[in-house]
Amino acid sequence: MSASTARGRAWVFGDNVDTDALAPGLYMKRPIEELATHCLETVNPSFSETVAVGDFVVGGRNFGMGSSREQAAQALKYLGVTAVIAQSFAGIFYRNALNLGLPVVVSQQAQHIIDQDQLRLDLGAGILENLTQAKTVDFEAIPPHLLTMVSDGGLVPHLEKRFKRTKGTGSQ
Amino acid sequence: MAGQTLAEKLVARACGRDTVAPGEIVTCAVDLAMMHDSGGPRRVKPILEKLGVDVWDPARVVVVTDHFTPASDAESASILDLTRKWVNAQGVANFYDLQGICHIVLPERGHLQPGIFVVGGDSHSPTGGAFGCYMFGVGATEMAGVLATGEIWLRVPETIRLIWNGHLGPAVSAKDAMLAMCAALGMDGGDYQAIEYSGELIADLDMSERMTLCNMAAELGAQTGLIAPDTTTTAYLRDCGVETGNTGAWHSDDAATFRDTHLFDATTLSPQVAAPHSPANSAPIEDTDPTPIDQCYIGACTGAKLVDLKMAAEILRGRQVAKGVRLLVAPASARTMTAAAADGTLATLTEAGAIVLPSGCNACGGYGTGVLAEDEVCIASTARNFKGRMGASTSKLYLGSPYTVAASAIAGHITDPRALIRPPVTEAA
Repeated sequence: MSASTARGRAWVFGDNVDTDALAPGLYMKRPIEELATHCLETVNPSFSETVAVGDFVVGGRNFGMGSSREQAAQALKYLGVTAVIAQSFAGIFYRNALNLGLPVVVSQQAQHIIDQDQLRLDLGAGILENLTQAKTVDFEAIPPHLLTMVSDGGLVPHLEKRFKRTKGTGSQ
Repeated sequence: MAGQTLAEKLVARACGRDTVAPGEIVTCAVDLAMMHDSGGPRRVKPILEKLGVDVWDPARVVVVTDHFTPASDAESASILDLTRKWVNAQGVANFYDLQGICHIVLPERGHLQPGIFVVGGDSHSPTGGAFGCYMFGVGATEMAGVLATGEIWLRVPETIRLIWNGHLGPAVSAKDAMLAMCAALGMDGGDYQAIEYSGELIADLDMSERMTLCNMAAELGAQTGLIAPDTTTTAYLRDCGVETGNTGAWHSDDAATFRDTHLFDATTLSPQVAAPHSPANSAPIEDTDPTPIDQCYIGACTGAKLVDLKMAAEILRGRQVAKGVRLLVAPASARTMTAAAADGTLATLTEAGAIVLPSGCNACGGYGTGVLAEDEVCIASTARNFKGRMGASTSKLYLGSPYTVAASAIAGHITDPRALIRPPVTEAA
């Protein structure tokens, strides 16, 4: 995910976007394909229909607060969201998103992004641009201890590499 | 040498070090991993299969069914069926099926003790911190990683100290203290650090009330909520079959460094009510409108332990739920149900008109029985009132203590429980 440049529209939500909004409990027993159609519907009823592959979700403070249900991050990824940009993230959501290979970008300038702005993100190069406003958006680097896992594409591919090594295929 | 906080001591033990400092990234050995039916086997099974590994140590795993219990349709039945088959296949003997909510079952069945490091596949896992464990919630992929490796990484947290002096008045409880803290600190006041509760009030509280505080550390956005173990802790655990030995090491040193210290006064605390759609929208009952309600709900890991049911019974004894209002009670565990039946609490509730639901999460997260229709209004003893959490997106959910929920059920609108507390019965000489 870090190699490519992604471009898309911003869908701006406020502070404290919660996991019940991202993955409503009423649909938690359903498969992700169906659960994702209800993602954020309590705050924007048409979100799952109108968000396009490559778009960004932008929050304020404490994005993803509440439950440990990782379907909150998985639903966004399933809908094709490139990354979530927010001033801060709830701790469990932050870990879940990176574990699932959904980039989460901490930026104190997130609040200046306006709904439907065109954004461009090059995670590898560390560049986030607001094309509509013709500005670069500063953001914090992914913590160093998570870089390998993130560049592997998430926790499962990361662990696959680890177990392949320890099983001694002779290639390492 | 600088002192260590309780959180630092717990993390240091888990990562095999003498001391740790906030901000360090460490890898901890997991003493216990707890999962439920929603985030558990149905999510971790395919990951472990993909990795080609089994659970690292089945004796260190506890599985509890509570979210989809009892099955209400073919899909929930299938999730529970998968859960049962998986624990059998993996040799997980610590399996509690239909026995109540994981955070209550875990200590009840003797799985927690001071000093251990526990991950839970649920955000209310900080509940275990009431016993002096380091316990926190993780998502299913992270849990699969724990099950595969027995380890998890952690950024050593700073500690935010929340000190409560004074003593609670009649019909005021730990839930009210918690809602007041949500209002004071906000939903990210914990900043994914450790919070530690202490002070005169904490020493007063029984384990049930301490669990309510640590449970809702999640609502402050903390990674965990801790209370140093004392004789109340060891006595409770002894009743659960756990002999803890000397727990004296598990406290914050006087010379420890805290990020922040917040002081609160229990003596002047009123019952609190959180308005929709956030626990941080809490205010004293005096400032809350007498909003008419459709449903009252006493349930969840937060608010349906035996002590919670007794609070409700104290208000409801000899009274009736208002016409047009329904009061649903879902005791937090099978053992809670049994104890409440044995001591007459359940009868008091049902005679007042309460409907008793099976032990489990039920309506709290909108997964099960008791959800709300469009525009319905409910007051609940649960932890969260995010928009649509208990049902339709236009429903409105208020939070309060079991006292306040019970009093509101009688009045038909949100009301102050202190007006319904009776003077203590004095025994004839």
